Amino acid sequence: MPVRFAAGTLALLALAVLLVPAVVQLDQSLVDLRAAGQPPSLAHPLGTDEVGRDVLLRSIYGLRVSFLVGLVAALVSMVIGGLMGLAAGSLGGLPDRLLMRVVDGFNALPHLLFGIFIVALFAPSAAAVVVSVGVTHWTTAARIVRSEVLSLRSRPFVEAAISAGATRTRVVRRHLLPHLLPHLMLATVLMVPHAIWHETALSFLGLGLPPHLASLGNMINDGQRSLLTGDWWSSLVPGLFILVPTLAVSVLAQHWRDRRSPRWRSELEL
Amino acid sequence: MRAVLKMVAWRAAFAAPLLVIVTIGMFALAQASPFDPVRQYLGERALVTSPEVAESIRQNWGLDRPVLEQYATWFGNLVSGDLGESRSLHRPVVEIIGDRLGWTLLATGSALVLMFAGSLAVGTLAAWRRGSWLDRAITGGAFANEAAPVFWLGLLAIWIFAVQLDWLPAGGLTDPAAVAIDPADVFTHMILPVTVLAVSQSSWLILYVRESVIGVLREDFVIGARARGLRERTVLVRHALRSALLPFLTLLGARMPELVTGAILVETVFSWPGVAAASVQAALAVDFPLLAALTLLGTAAVLAGNLLADIAYTVADPRVRTLGVS
Repeated sequence: MPVRFAAGTLALLALAVLLVPAVVQLDQSLVDLRAAGQPPSLAHPLGTDEVGRDVLLRSIYGLRVSFLVGLVAALVSMVIGGLMGLAAGSLGGLPDRLLMRVVDGFNALPHLLFGIFIVALFAPSAAAVVVSVGVTHWTTAARIVRSEVLSLRSRPFVEAAISAGATRTRVVRRHLLPHLLPHLMLATVLMVPHAIWHETALSFLGLGLPPHLASLGNMINDGQRSLLTGDWWSSLVPGLFILVPTLAVSVLAQHWRDRRSPRWRSELEL
Repeated sequence: MRAVLKMVAWRAAFAAPLLVIVTIGMFALAQASPFDPVRQYLGERALVTSPEVAESIRQNWGLDRPVLEQYATWFGNLVSGDLGESRSLHRPVVEIIGDRLGWTLLATGSALVLMFAGSLAVGTLAAWRRGSWLDRAITGGAFANEAAPVFWLGLLAIWIFAVQLDWLPAGGLTDPAAVAIDPADVFTHMILPVTVLAVSQSSWLILYVRESVIGVLREDFVIGARARGLRERTVLVRHALRSALLPFLTLLGARMPELVTGAILVETVFSWPGVAAASVQAALAVDFPLLAALTLLGTAAVLAGNLLADIAYTVADPRVRTLGVS
């Protein structure tokens, strides 16, 4: 039941993000002071913020921007991590040990702090956010790919290919990548919510996307001023647009993991 | 004891080069940055300042020297304890950190203790009443909490406890009208940020404690303790929880980066005058000396946390202590 509910919620949000911008245009710089600070009503289902912008419409646009930035950032980290893991796993020996020390090193860094550092020096923008998330989050993918490559390397079909004289690139492309892709795809799906979290956190701190742009972090940042006067909708509602999809993805991932490893599931059910 | 010393030496051998590499990375990033500190220093005056004057400032700051020499000077100063002067606050970085570090340690330390105690109690409760509505509420709440951004949680807490109920102050260290720092006043200001930080970090711990207590409750020695007729609480706390706890000391060390991240966001939301919030202010003002020092401090905090977790593990687990396995 929760699995279907999570899938349904994600589908609904995906539809909203895809269809709403096609139907209703959002004027990013629109200010309507007559409609400022209205609580939820029929005209504005989730109220308006302190300069009269519709919270629901901006949240949907914000989710779209956050999702795009999060997806690109997750892909960047997967590509970096995938290449690193592939290199470590297939080269072995000294390069492997060196790369794994690099992974340990990156894991010891407080990610948000380095994100802040990178964004601060290269002027806040979507590109800076993508880079800051990408270069600090590739280690998970690297570990997954490396351990998978290590187990694949000793399988008979890989050994057969090598003994038949296949080149290193051919082994990697024809024999390793097809097995690695599903793992990488799941890791990417799981990384997207985390990357969205990073984007919104940076925007919330004023170090993310340009302030006028409708993004979830920017909206929470704008809304926190009017929170003290009792206007909860303009800051807390955009937060729900982060919380709900993140929760839905983690429910689905959990379900998928349980299905893939029934032993673990049956142990939990005991 | 020797195992502990060996552990410290091993960790230090990893930490020292890492910190040096971090300084190199930060310096390289600053070099690659399009940002010009002289222009920032001049501000609006940059338009009316002659290029000669700007050039002399540049020379004065040593920015015309070769990059390697600049790095060597900066690194040498760092090692000798001179962290430079903050460009936005116009005070020595060491002073700023000295003023603020105590508040950060107070808040994050209290949050850690609260998180620890709270998660152990809640996780054990869920494991003990496994499958009940209470267990489902706790696990569901933990998953939802994991998905909620910590700054959103902070704003939610402000809205409920400061705006609607008006029980607690919304932020700051003391009452705005206060002239001196009164411990009771600081305490009421601490409650919300510390609780939010503790709650936001607790999800994984609650789920972890729940799962491992469930696992341990099936072990023979627990069943044996029950069969001997020991009280349920004794079985749960003295037998199950104790042996479920060991591996999580290492996990706690691995969560240090998350703690630093949480501290940054919570301190910012609640205007807590700590070092973590200062890193955001430094970033907004592109204050390289302060930001670099704080980033280094954050990394050092993570490494120190890992080390402490390892030591605690060595001390707590007799197998590691005597056999040296880890």
